Amino acid sequence: MKSKFLDIKLMIKTPLNYSECSDDERKHCRLLEAISSLGGKTRKKLTERSEASIQVSEFTVNAEGEGDKINLSDLIGTLDKAPTALTATKKQLKNLEHNHTALDTPLTRKETEQIQRVVAFEKTSKEVSRWQSVVVQNQKAEQLVFPLNQEPSGPKRMEHVVSGWKAQTPLEQEIFNLLHVNQQPLHNPVLTQNEEATMKAMSLEEAKIRRAELQKVRALQSYYEAKARREKKIKSKTYHRVQKKVMRKEYLKRFDEMVKTDPAAALEELKKMELSRMKERMSLKHQNSGKWARSKAIMAKYDDGARKAMQQQLEVNKDLTMKLVIPTNEEDEDEVAEALPDFVNDAEPILDPINPWMRGKLSTEPAAQEESNCLVPPAAGPGDVKAGDGPDLLREEEEQVEETEEEAILRGFEERRKLRRAKDAVEVAPVVMEESEGKVKQLITTIHSRMNCQHARERADPCVSQGEGPALLEEGLVRVRTLEDMELLGQDVSACEPAPQTTQTLSTEQTEPQSATKQADGKRKRKKMIDPNEVLTKEAKVIKVPFAPTAVEDVEDTDEQRFIIKEAFAGDDVISDFLKDKKKQESAGMPKVVDLTLPGWGEWGGGGLQPSRSKRKRFRIKVAPPPPRKDQKLLNVILSEKRNSSVAAHQVTYQVMFPFTNPAQFERTIRAPVGHTWNTGNAVQKITAPKIVTQLGAIIEPISREELVKGENQAVTGKSNLRSDQGPQQKRRSQQKKKHKHKKN
Amino acid sequence: HYAMKVKVLSRNPDDYVRETKLDIQRVPRNYDPSLHPFEVTREYTRALNATKLERVFAKPFLASLDGHRDGVNCMAKHPKSLSTILSGSCDGELKLWNLTKRECVRTLQAHEGFVRGVVVRFCGSSFFTIGDDKNIKQWKMETPGYGEEEEPINTILGKSVFTSIDHHHKDAVFVTSGQQVDIWDEQRTSPIRSFSWGVDSINCVRFNPVETELLASCASDRSIVLYDMREAAPLKKVIMTMRSNTLCWNPMEAYHFTCCNEDYNLYTYDMRYLDKPYTVHMDHVSAVLDVDYSPTGQEFVSASFDKSIRIFPKDGGHSREVYHTKRMQHVICIKWSSDNKYILSGSDEMNIRLWKANAAEKLGMLAPREKAAVNYNQKLKEKFQHHPQIRRIARHRHLPKAVYSQVKEIRIMKEARSRKERNVRKHAKPGSMPVVTEKEKHVVTVVK
Repeated sequence: MKSKFLDIKLMIKTPLNYSECSDDERKHCRLLEAISSLGGKTRKKLTERSEASIQVSEFTVNAEGEGDKINLSDLIGTLDKAPTALTATKKQLKNLEHNHTALDTPLTRKETEQIQRVVAFEKTSKEVSRWQSVVVQNQKAEQLVFPLNQEPSGPKRMEHVVSGWKAQTPLEQEIFNLLHVNQQPLHNPVLTQNEEATMKAMSLEEAKIRRAELQKVRALQSYYEAKARREKKIKSKTYHRVQKKVMRKEYLKRFDEMVKTDPAAALEELKKMELSRMKERMSLKHQNSGKWARSKAIMAKYDDGARKAMQQQLEVNKDLTMKLVIPTNEEDEDEVAEALPDFVNDAEPILDPINPWMRGKLSTEPAAQEESNCLVPPAAGPGDVKAGDGPDLLREEEEQVEETEEEAILRGFEERRKLRRAKDAVEVAPVVMEESEGKVKQLITTIHSRMNCQHARERADPCVSQGEGPALLEEGLVRVRTLEDMELLGQDVSACEPAPQTTQTLSTEQTEPQSATKQADGKRKRKKMIDPNEVLTKEAKVIKVPFAPTAVEDVEDTDEQRFIIKEAFAGDDVISDFLKDKKKQESAGMPKVVDLTLPGWGEWGGGGLQPSRSKRKRFRIKVAPPPPRKDQKLLNVILSEKRNSSVAAHQVTYQVMFPFTNPAQFERTIRAPVGHTWNTGNAVQKITAPKIVTQLGAIIEPISREELVKGENQAVTGKSNLRSDQGPQQKRRSQQKKKHKHKKN
Repeated sequence: HYAMKVKVLSRNPDDYVRETKLDIQRVPRNYDPSLHPFEVTREYTRALNATKLERVFAKPFLASLDGHRDGVNCMAKHPKSLSTILSGSCDGELKLWNLTKRECVRTLQAHEGFVRGVVVRFCGSSFFTIGDDKNIKQWKMETPGYGEEEEPINTILGKSVFTSIDHHHKDAVFVTSGQQVDIWDEQRTSPIRSFSWGVDSINCVRFNPVETELLASCASDRSIVLYDMREAAPLKKVIMTMRSNTLCWNPMEAYHFTCCNEDYNLYTYDMRYLDKPYTVHMDHVSAVLDVDYSPTGQEFVSASFDKSIRIFPKDGGHSREVYHTKRMQHVICIKWSSDNKYILSGSDEMNIRLWKANAAEKLGMLAPREKAAVNYNQKLKEKFQHHPQIRRIARHRHLPKAVYSQVKEIRIMKEARSRKERNVRKHAKPGSMPVVTEKEKHVVTVVK
């Protein structure tokens, strides 16, 4: 601790005994203290030691003379009255002090301890992390059986049960001697030592897999050998020539691929080729200097074939001696970059050039375009050009002019199309989401932030739950003892359900109206969305977004996405669709005439004969029309009246529950029955297997290190107790289908 | 001469005759899904009935073991015997209980003042107690014979008061906490190693049951400190906003532990990432005093000053069960039996209570068909758990009025706080008030 204070510049001589000090001296002390405190280092206040404990915090302790500097010679101060030898050492020590080659002061205890701790923690956390695989495996396991390291059930071998048994009679001894000589097992008559060793070394499945692999390899090898032998036997030179050509072609193809995929290996190949070229050049084997070539040269005058052979030979030589130009990738890229115009690199959200939706810019009218420009970040436009490249600028301007012409034509088409549509449906007005952009943005940002939070929350472990999730229990003052109480509870549901949900919603200002009528909530949103007047007058701040959920679903790169969607649906006629929808629903809701006439009943029947009109009239039953629809007078609203409140109490209200990612998944699981009424016994057993199985009266020990070893082994071999993605229920279904097929057959 | 062919209806008796008369009659059944249009509705009804029956049969309280003459301060499980349990009370008395007979089998005056801690050696042959008289005493598990005196095998006089004790799970080493964490060899009278980091007294220290050389402790300076027995220095320290009372390691996951805090919450930590708890478990309405994991490591039980016991799933933020009785006062210590079936709670009013870990479970051996029915019902409940009626019934719990009103009060307080925070954020400069998650809120700092 003292070393901390060695560097204090100011030397303070504190008197040894305060009681003897005069007032002046005390003042002087205070002055000195004040001065020393000016030096940037605030001195700690003296505190009293009042605790009775053995240990005292380092932060509250201080002693007299704390801030003093210590000289090395002070350490032998007590030996003051010693002989002169000491003064010599004192001098030496003083010299040492001035010596600048002295070692650095060691780190303080606090710092060294911290370093120790950090190192130790890292070591232990690494050690503990080995359990990760085991923990994850257990989390994902479909069933866990406790205690973990159970002995295998079933009958045990005699020798394990009766261990103290010995051969006693002479016959037994003789037999055992024989067994001993032949290294037959004494206490374990089923398996020999070697067999047991092999059993331990490899499991049956592994052995099977390995054997199959080996078999396959052997078979392949024999095929290749046979093929090679067959080819070798062929004497035809043309065959071999053709073969070689094919080989060469293949080689070249492979080389081309290699250049793309694995340049290093390609370089090696190139080196090989270079080597062969060199050899060729050295030997000049394929030029006309060889024996064969000379003979051919003589023949060439008369024989066409020989001439061709010569030419081929020369070509081979040419090929072999030609120096290869290595294509460098960077140059290529540069060229490509130069060849392409600048606007290629601009961000262009258009995916499909044919789809007019995706080229929303063209479909909007100039005024609208201006509006959208104030919303769209201007970076994406083709018109923005870097300053400095003059010719480019000109060229681009020309292009733009051309483009505008094209646009004008296209726009003309568009307008005509719109007019036609307007004639089709008189009451046309596009569906527009009235929600202001600010709101949408806010929503998106909040979702973004929430998602971020969740991401941050997630750690190395995959299974992370929220600490702030809804409560698992609904606690109240009512005791539920009988089934009747339960019924009462059930009745409460409809009244009680929405309350906790509304408390969870973020928006405080909207809670009251929301909770008031939850039923028509979804519809109301729709009602909000459509406002033909707004659209027809085309006010500036109207943004065309299809529906809130689609805009919200993809939160990533929201802006771009939003604009794409906005533009995509710009020319779409949503309002007429909506009206059609409404009509369809209305007509579907109207009662249909029920025809109960039975042809041939009470009169002649047969082909081409119609029941009489009076009869038809009699048996056609008209159902009374339903009460008028609630949305009859509301033009822009569809109010669905399908909801059955008596069933609604039993229906799931949430969109997506925790383990599921979409409603369809949830519905699928609900649809698959688990009971034995619909499943075979084995299937039921499999489906209803509990997640945790414990043995009655067995002590469950903590997981032991052997499990860790096991888990690591499994990780290595790729085995685990996880079942395949196909759940037991799906399996069951497929099995059943098979069965039915069998039955039908 | 001809033979007439007569077709006779014949069936294989194996298909319809039961093997013994104790079997149920075989019912041939066509499993074609098209023949069963009402599968879902029928199963829903079954699930609803199963849920209702579960709640009707949910009677978790089994027995109360009375005999202590002061509050029960600590308990210990026997590692080898399910029916044995030890409990120490605030008057220095220690009792051994036989759970099957539900009676006390042995009583001894272990210390003067509180019995602060009791732990059984891993082999179950002896146990250690610590008390306010600064003594560590080792006792034999067997009851002394006739004429023998009840005397400890060993007594170690400590320098300061010990607050908790735990035994190594494999070696003859135990650990005590007090002013510092001391690691003792059973054969020696002085600690073989002492860890100290800061000067505040340490409430609780626990060995990791999996990585047996690791330890964790809670101190009254609101910190949780990790140690490795083999290292010279502690590993890491995390300081929370309020003090943790006790902690418990997960017996199946080496790096997870849960600590119970004065701020009504429990926190599960991953020991590798102490900067933020892995899960925050809320629901108690007063300080949580003790926690114990189920031996399967899937759940844990907590005892609270609010006179209730709650069972939490290991990664659930809220409890799945709450136990309370009229007479149970502040619950001081809690244990989950090592067969995963029972929970024992020791409370202020001198009683030890025995609870079922699964409130509606039928005890004892089950016939195979019974077992199958239980499994099926469980599966049904799980399948239809999101349906409002079923959820409502399955989740409903009765609470004493005091606790209920406090729950309500706390909820209101929380809402108010979050509302205020939201409002302040709204009016603050954007980005100046980052959103602090519930998990981050409770950790002050991590000290290296």
